[in-house]
Amino acid sequence: MISINIHKQLHMAQGKSMLNVNVQIASKSFTAIYGPSGAGKTSLLRMIAGLMPPEGGCIEVEDVTWFNSVKEISLPPQNRDIGFVFQDNALFPNMTVEENLLYALPKNADRSKVYKLLKMVGLDNLVRQRPELLSGGQKQRVALARALVRQPKVLLLDEPLSALDDINRVSLQSYLQQLHDEFGLTTIMVSHNVSEIFKLADNVIHLDNGLVKQNETPARLFNIPDAQHELTLIGEVVQVNHTEIFILADGNVIKVKQTLQTADLSIGSKVSIHAADLSLKKLS
Amino acid sequence: MYQPLWLTFKLALVTTVCLVVIGIPIAAGLARSKSKLKSVAEAVISLPLVLPPSVLGFYLLLAFSPQNGFGKMLNDAFSLRLIFSFTGLVLGSVIYSLPFMVHPVQAGLEALPSSLKEASQTLGKSNLTTFFKVLLPNIKPAILTGLILSFAHTLGEFGLVLMIGGNIPGVTRVASIAVYDEVEALNFSTAHVYAGILLAISFVILLIVYTTNRHIFKNRITQ
Repeated sequence: MISINIHKQLHMAQGKSMLNVNVQIASKSFTAIYGPSGAGKTSLLRMIAGLMPPEGGCIEVEDVTWFNSVKEISLPPQNRDIGFVFQDNALFPNMTVEENLLYALPKNADRSKVYKLLKMVGLDNLVRQRPELLSGGQKQRVALARALVRQPKVLLLDEPLSALDDINRVSLQSYLQQLHDEFGLTTIMVSHNVSEIFKLADNVIHLDNGLVKQNETPARLFNIPDAQHELTLIGEVVQVNHTEIFILADGNVIKVKQTLQTADLSIGSKVSIHAADLSLKKLS
Repeated sequence: MYQPLWLTFKLALVTTVCLVVIGIPIAAGLARSKSKLKSVAEAVISLPLVLPPSVLGFYLLLAFSPQNGFGKMLNDAFSLRLIFSFTGLVLGSVIYSLPFMVHPVQAGLEALPSSLKEASQTLGKSNLTTFFKVLLPNIKPAILTGLILSFAHTLGEFGLVLMIGGNIPGVTRVASIAVYDEVEALNFSTAHVYAGILLAISFVILLIVYTTNRHIFKNRITQ
């Protein structure tokens, strides 16, 4: 169990705002931190990692205190059992893919772990490549593998998929899911992509203006009834005309006819598509 | 005849080595500092860029003089005389060329994304390991610029050397002083040799700097 109860004054583009978070995160769960820009999502993640000090409060992970302002405890990032994937991947340009992972390996640890991880993210044929020669998706896979070399309990991800195109995004989502399950990680991911959250997360912390607005399952938060029992896709409207709406969901553009219910949709609206509403045809 | 040239290169080399040891930690400290005193430190380090070398030389002369505080202390404690000595020239040159090492390295470090350092910390690495294995290797062009400029700037010293070193053959008589000396003695052919070699070397050095790293040079040194 991760227990977070912290506050800090943040200086955002739109002025000062108070981040005040009190949440509990279950071990081995996949939690998304969701909310508009400037809500304090990345700040919260950085405070969990020890990269930014809260003004007050405490952070406890599996009964170990990582931060406590009263007892004046604040573990440096090095001593927190974490892996962190940065939005810009933060791969070391002076090292090859392999060296980036070996750097993370503690002294005298088994090197085979590095190669196993590279294989798991499908990069075992690019070990000697420098990061600048990799695609965006490959870079994030290296960053993900590197973050797991020390086998941390907690994996922190700061919008790791936001700079990727849809195909790479979907592929990295599956790697993420697989690694989360295989290593028994407690994963916390900052994201503002609804379909991604719906696909990966067990739980969503909805932050708005520094406060936790909701802490719910994705289905409840996004108001999708009984999602487990029918196929539901989450997408975003990319084009609207008089008769049809085009929705981007899971890397595919889906065309849906306009109805009375869809009249208020515009480009950028988030929507859910239910299998029950679609027709079926047998493939010849 | 080649003694002044040899002395010049020895001085430039020793000064550059000292600047690597002193300048890189200062640059690292300034790059990560958020203190209000940072501007004061930056101004002090940059003073040799704008101050006439004779002014700097004058103050160093007073400081190094065995009659005064610092110089007297060195003289009494270690029998070390900085005035009119090679050691004194090295110390003066280190102060004189400090901004040429500190500025490019500081600019290089400040231009690195902070996520590199943070990523290394979250991978369990100490700040020292992070500095040597991640930060420094990624600012190689800046370090090279610092090295070359410090070396070149020391080659070109004149006023400072004259003030604190004088003109002692084999000890403090560097090439730039020798040129002046030979011209005074109307010995133009020897002056030509010294001047020509200094000109050629300075040009080649600057050419290397501009071709390897125009960016940092333009951004920092011309400020």
